[in-house]
Amino acid sequence: MMLASDIQVAQNIGFGIIALMMILAGVGVIASRNVVHAALSLVVVMAGAAAQYVLLKAEFVAVTQVLVYIGAVMVLFLFGVMLTRAQLGKDADLNNKNAVVAAPVALLLFGVLAYVLIDGFADEKIAATTGGGAQPQDTAVISDLIFKPYLLPFWALSFVLLAAVIGAIVLARKD
Amino acid sequence: MLINQFLLLGALLFCMGVYGVLTRKNAVMVLLSIELILNSVNINLLAFDAMNGGSDGNVFALYIIAVAAAEVGVGLAMVLLIYRNRKSISLDDLSEMKG
Amino acid sequence: MFAEEAAGEAAHAAAGWFLEHAWLIPVIPAVAFFLIIFFGKKMPKGGSEFGILSMVASLVIAAGTAYQWIDWSHHSEEPIIKSITWWESGGLKFGIGQHIDGLAVMALLLVSFISTLVQIYSTEYVRGDRRYTHFFASLTLFSAGMLSMVLAPNMVQFILGWEIMGLCSFMLIGHWWEEEANSRAALKAFFTVRTGDMGLLVGTAMLLAIFGTLDIGGEGGINHLAANGEFDSKNMLMWAAIALFIACIGKSGQFPLHTWLPDAMAGPTPVSSLLHSSTMVVAGVFLVARLYPVFHTGLDINIAGQHFNFIAVIGGITILIAAALAFVQNDIKKVLAYSTVSQLGYMMMGLGVGAWMPAVFHIFTHAFFKCCLFLCAGSIAHTGSHHSFDMKTDMGGLRKKMPITFWTWIVSTLALCGVPFFSGFFSKDEIIDSAKHNHYTVFGIIGLIGAFMTAAYMTRATYLTFFGKPRGGAAHFVEGHEDHSHDEAADEVHHDVDGLDTHLHPVHAAHDDHGHAPVQHGKPLPFAPSDSPWQITVPLLILGVLAIFSGYLNAAPFKWHWFEHWLESSMGLPFGEEPGMIPEPPTFSWAAAAPSIILVALGITLSWLISKKVFGEEKNGLQGLTQRNALLGAGHKFLVNKYYLDALYEGVIVKAIAHPIARAAYWVNQHVLDGVVNAVGIGGRRTGEWVYRNVDQRVVDGAVNGSGATARGAGGVLQPVQSGKVSMYGALLFGAAAVFALVLVLVNS
Repeated sequence: MMLASDIQVAQNIGFGIIALMMILAGVGVIASRNVVHAALSLVVVMAGAAAQYVLLKAEFVAVTQVLVYIGAVMVLFLFGVMLTRAQLGKDADLNNKNAVVAAPVALLLFGVLAYVLIDGFADEKIAATTGGGAQPQDTAVISDLIFKPYLLPFWALSFVLLAAVIGAIVLARKD
Repeated sequence: MLINQFLLLGALLFCMGVYGVLTRKNAVMVLLSIELILNSVNINLLAFDAMNGGSDGNVFALYIIAVAAAEVGVGLAMVLLIYRNRKSISLDDLSEMKG
Repeated sequence: MFAEEAAGEAAHAAAGWFLEHAWLIPVIPAVAFFLIIFFGKKMPKGGSEFGILSMVASLVIAAGTAYQWIDWSHHSEEPIIKSITWWESGGLKFGIGQHIDGLAVMALLLVSFISTLVQIYSTEYVRGDRRYTHFFASLTLFSAGMLSMVLAPNMVQFILGWEIMGLCSFMLIGHWWEEEANSRAALKAFFTVRTGDMGLLVGTAMLLAIFGTLDIGGEGGINHLAANGEFDSKNMLMWAAIALFIACIGKSGQFPLHTWLPDAMAGPTPVSSLLHSSTMVVAGVFLVARLYPVFHTGLDINIAGQHFNFIAVIGGITILIAAALAFVQNDIKKVLAYSTVSQLGYMMMGLGVGAWMPAVFHIFTHAFFKCCLFLCAGSIAHTGSHHSFDMKTDMGGLRKKMPITFWTWIVSTLALCGVPFFSGFFSKDEIIDSAKHNHYTVFGIIGLIGAFMTAAYMTRATYLTFFGKPRGGAAHFVEGHEDHSHDEAADEVHHDVDGLDTHLHPVHAAHDDHGHAPVQHGKPLPFAPSDSPWQITVPLLILGVLAIFSGYLNAAPFKWHWFEHWLESSMGLPFGEEPGMIPEPPTFSWAAAAPSIILVALGITLSWLISKKVFGEEKNGLQGLTQRNALLGAGHKFLVNKYYLDALYEGVIVKAIAHPIARAAYWVNQHVLDGVVNAVGIGGRRTGEWVYRNVDQRVVDGAVNGSGATARGAGGVLQPVQSGKVSMYGALLFGAAAVFALVLVLVNS
């Protein structure tokens, strides 16, 4: 007998609204004629993603997403847009002629992926926890994972970041 | 919640990102589309994590975010450089490798 | 064959070294031939050293062989046959080796002796000649050829030697081939003998067919089988004998193929004396003598009641017509040539009537005196008549100035005429006697007439040459120079160095002209200071002595029959009266010999008187008789034109046969052969052009160009992929990934 808690109605509705928002914003990213609009659509997508992370009980990642992605990366993007003197306002000339090729590719890809996913994960559910929902991911557990088993990738990542910073400076400085 | 809804969302976003990468002329727009792809991947990872109960996916997602940040930084630096040298960041104009 | 050889070896165990190694006799001159060819020009004496040394060596071995044969023949009649297999084909073995019996020994000794003398003679006669070395090479090769022929154990080696002789004859007659007459004479000799040689090959083939072997002697040899009647068809044997005899007609100058011999006098005199009087021309007689059982059985010689046979008839005709022709010759060598033909007729006739021994003995004696006569003629030309052989214009009265030449000539002439106690008497008269005794009376009479004519024409020649007033060249000699060193001044005045002078003596058709530069002549003998040098006169003396004494080897009047004893075993048939046997030579009686002696004396006397009148100084009725009297004139003309035989042969037969053949062959060559060749050439060229145009230009180049164009096209088609645009590359990448994914899904589902 299916209980209401099994179905998790609230989460599903939440998911649906956010997903819809994300998709629309995504379309805006790839189809918008305005560069800034595209960038801001991406912000919406990312925010929506953060909300989905919360639904997936990955709060730390959600917060990190907002802080880093939206806060830093997107700002960086906007700076980039500004510095490359992109046309502010409508720009008719933003898509190349590749739509003919790209659309089929993308559709094919989605088709394959969808088929595989539906075929593979037909009815699997994310288990509910008492109190409704998935088990929250403990930040302590995450940090433990980072600093114990995944320490090496962490250090590598820090070097990557260092290199990226230095590289960006070197590349972009005017000499 | 079905896992599939998250996964399909991720797949959709991924394909949209692919379309954007292939279609956009502006280099910055291409980078934006790449971000879209990365985000879709993150959704995938976290969905599986939720299903399986482990935390490795979270860690991986964090790492992806960090890498994405680094990548965007370097990418934009390059775009800036190209803009400085070519006065244009339209990918159609950057076809020096034409054979 | 091994057993045969072993048995033979056992039988020959007692035979001496010379008998066993007589095969060296032709080998040494053959080796010398090659030495002369390769080294002769570098030798101090131009190669004649090799020639003379080799002939002396052969002579020594031949003498040794003769000595040992005489010894051997006392107790054995077996010939010494040795042979090694040269070539084997279909069960037939062709060997090369020696067959030594009395006949072979006689011929070996004769040939090597005469060759030695002639070679010594030649060192003086052809001194300074333009082809001195080749002359000696040819002489030596000739000797090698003849020597290998006379000791041939089978017909193959016989024919080999025969052909070598023919080749050398050709080379030597045409020694001074720069004059066309000489080369024509050489060709005439060669072709005429060749015509006869067809008979040799056909005859040999028939012998092989009849007897199954080509070995001449020994138990299974042709002679033995023929003598014992061990053959199937007598008819075929007769035709084989006729075929072989045709070769003898050619080689030995019998009628009707005698025309080449007088023309062969174009060669140098040593050649005439060696080849065309004593040795080569007797090869035909030798063949008949060697294979006598074949002829005797095949042509039924001495069968009771037979009065004519092929050989005797031909021999008889030859005697008469040649003797007649000798009367009208002005060239001394031609007289001697016709005399040779006539004497060969005697030999053939002798063999034809069953007088084997006299005929072979006549070969022996004739060689000496005829060779001597020719060498005398050469001596006269060399010293006395300024290289001319014309008796009427350049000779006469030479007897005082050239005593040795004169006396040896006289001795040899007497021997030739058959004057008693000279060698010819013992041989020629035996033939005539046997002819009468063996019931071939007609031929006996022919022989007598021939003897008369011989005496007559030789006397004429003797008178013209040595008596009377000196004329032309002889006049120069007799009145002029004491010594004959031709110095420069003398040459300019008298004679043309090359002998091509025309104003001194009339142009001779075939003339023994010297082609040499002025040279010092050799030293004459001390007791004959104006005669020829010693290299010439010493051989003359030796031969003159032999002309007298060689006959005593078989002197019937004194019952000395050594020659007969030594050669008896070579006849192949025994003496006897039955069919298949040779009749014994008749016992000599002066009464039987009287007719010939009388005729000879008559001939000499009459001829002397007539010659004195006709060629003498005072005018008398006999001179110019042939011009005044129509009948005599016609007869004279007939004789001078040699019975028009030459005209018949060359003008009619050769022209009718050879010229159309030559023209047809030329037509075939120009149109058929050349046509084929040209067509092939043109065809090849057209094919090449077609291939070039179509295959090379269109197909091959088309393929090559096409592949290039294809590559370029493909490149052009694929080029847009390399657009340089990242989005395109990205599209390809993702497209490929999507396709792969699809494939993966499909495969795994």
